[in-house]
Amino acid sequence: MSYEKVIEVKGLTKKYKDLVAVNNLDLNVYRGDVFGFLGPNGAGKSTTIRMLLTLIEPTAGDIKIFGLPLKKNRIEILSKIGAIVEKPDFYLYLSAYKNLEILGKVSGADTSNKRLMEILELVGLDKRWKSKVKTFSHGMKQRLGIAQALLHNPELIILDEPTTGLDPMGIKEIRDLIIQLSRDQGKTIFLSSHILREVELIANRMIIINKGEKRIEGEVKNLLNTDKLQVTFEVSDIQKSLELIRNSQWLNDVDSEGKNEIIFNVHKDLIHEINKFFVDNGIEVSSVVPVRSLEEYFLNITKENIE
Amino acid sequence: MSLLVSLELQKIFSKWRTYIGFIAIGVLIPIVQIALVYEGDKLINFATQGLKNSFVFVGDLFNGYLVAHLVQQSLIIHIPFLIVLVGGDILAGEATAGTYRMMMTRPITRFQFITSKFLAGTIYTNLLLLWMMFMGLVVSIIIFGTGELLVLKDKIYIFAADDVLWRFILAFGYSALSMTTVMALSFFFSSLVENAIGPIVASMAVIIIFIIISALPIEALDVIKPYLFTNHMNAWREFMSNPVDLPQIVNSGLILTAHIIGLYLLTLFIFKRKDILS
Repeated sequence: MSYEKVIEVKGLTKKYKDLVAVNNLDLNVYRGDVFGFLGPNGAGKSTTIRMLLTLIEPTAGDIKIFGLPLKKNRIEILSKIGAIVEKPDFYLYLSAYKNLEILGKVSGADTSNKRLMEILELVGLDKRWKSKVKTFSHGMKQRLGIAQALLHNPELIILDEPTTGLDPMGIKEIRDLIIQLSRDQGKTIFLSSHILREVELIANRMIIINKGEKRIEGEVKNLLNTDKLQVTFEVSDIQKSLELIRNSQWLNDVDSEGKNEIIFNVHKDLIHEINKFFVDNGIEVSSVVPVRSLEEYFLNITKENIE
Repeated sequence: MSLLVSLELQKIFSKWRTYIGFIAIGVLIPIVQIALVYEGDKLINFATQGLKNSFVFVGDLFNGYLVAHLVQQSLIIHIPFLIVLVGGDILAGEATAGTYRMMMTRPITRFQFITSKFLAGTIYTNLLLLWMMFMGLVVSIIIFGTGELLVLKDKIYIFAADDVLWRFILAFGYSALSMTTVMALSFFFSSLVENAIGPIVASMAVIIIFIIISALPIEALDVIKPYLFTNHMNAWREFMSNPVDLPQIVNSGLILTAHIIGLYLLTLFIFKRKDILS
């Protein structure tokens, strides 16, 4: 992975009167990264993306893309970016082909019939090229969104929740496509999502933001593959289990307890030993659910936002 | 810029609403022409009723030029309705559809985006006027032939057949300027909102209110009347006078041009500062 910064954001802030949508955000995306931009709904992801794409003016902060200040080099920078911002919207009264042709021409892309059909085939819409977009499902519009983002062969691809509304097969196809674009074509991808699992599967680096502020940033493997896990054991007899634990070496590892479950904070290698402990003492264990601490953290901030 | 204008025109002419104006003119004018085939002589007799005691009319005053003049006088009042249908949708339509996002993340400036849309709107307006000229003037000449043109204003004017065509061409040219002002007004309103209904209604409301103010015989309003663009939209009628009041036409034309430029610049100013949230 290269250390050339493709996106460099410092102190980015966006305020709407009293509402601070993004607050003093710093982030760096390096060439070749698949960068996961994670946060619950309303965390400020789309606002940040809109600022990266000059759709909205930051209240404060600096954005450099490809090493150039965004505001002064907008045209040059945007010619090398392909993007989907929130849901992909098109001219509904035009065909998929015509939409791509218009957007491609504005981007200075090759809009020959061959190229347009090639890109439509890539996203599985070649058989519907003549259909008006108003007849498309949400998933098909998402695919067309990917197509328009790739049409002019950009160096940086910014995707704002690209799998929203897709069926499981569609989600897998888009994931595979992103991985392929990164691995085979060396594209830098900025992927916004509110699903940790999605980022984990695709990204090499990630940031979590909440309420407009950065919470965590780093390598996905470092952030997610922590050895310490929160493990929930569902047991047949909670009272007997608690009593056994009180007199065992596991007492200090108990995080909390529920109606039929006990939650431990332990190293992943110790899970089978706890399980053996219960079974050896005549306790039936009906399920063991390990959750990584970051996952738990992310679930908590998501829950916090909903509340 | 020419590429962007052509793309904008493709968008405009891919929408059903764009053809409402063309269809309305294409249906209405033939209805008037067919009616006049049967009722034309009655109309001339009615118009010259009070004059026949003092004058002798020779030749055929009922001809294509008279029909074109009647069509122009009656329809030009209603054309703004057809213009704002498209003008009000040019920007607001993109906001409603969410396609601002798609366009403004492309390597084009906001100036290019607004200017290309404004030019496309102007081209649509002028094409509509050309269509009206074709249906009203060319088709009328084909059906009814040419002849002297009788114009009843504060005076009676009868123009020789070879002195009419240039008046029509310039009158339609001036009407194009008037209608471009209407387009610029609806375009401006279109930049403020995210739904096309608002700009359409607001533009028509402004035009109707200004026309009512112009028509009210209240002295206190006389001060503002010269500044209302609607007062200058009908200066094309001056081409149907003898002599033509050129200073009046130039003055009104400049006022309309100033409105068009002002509204365009105001739209550009607002759009350049706009956060695209749709």
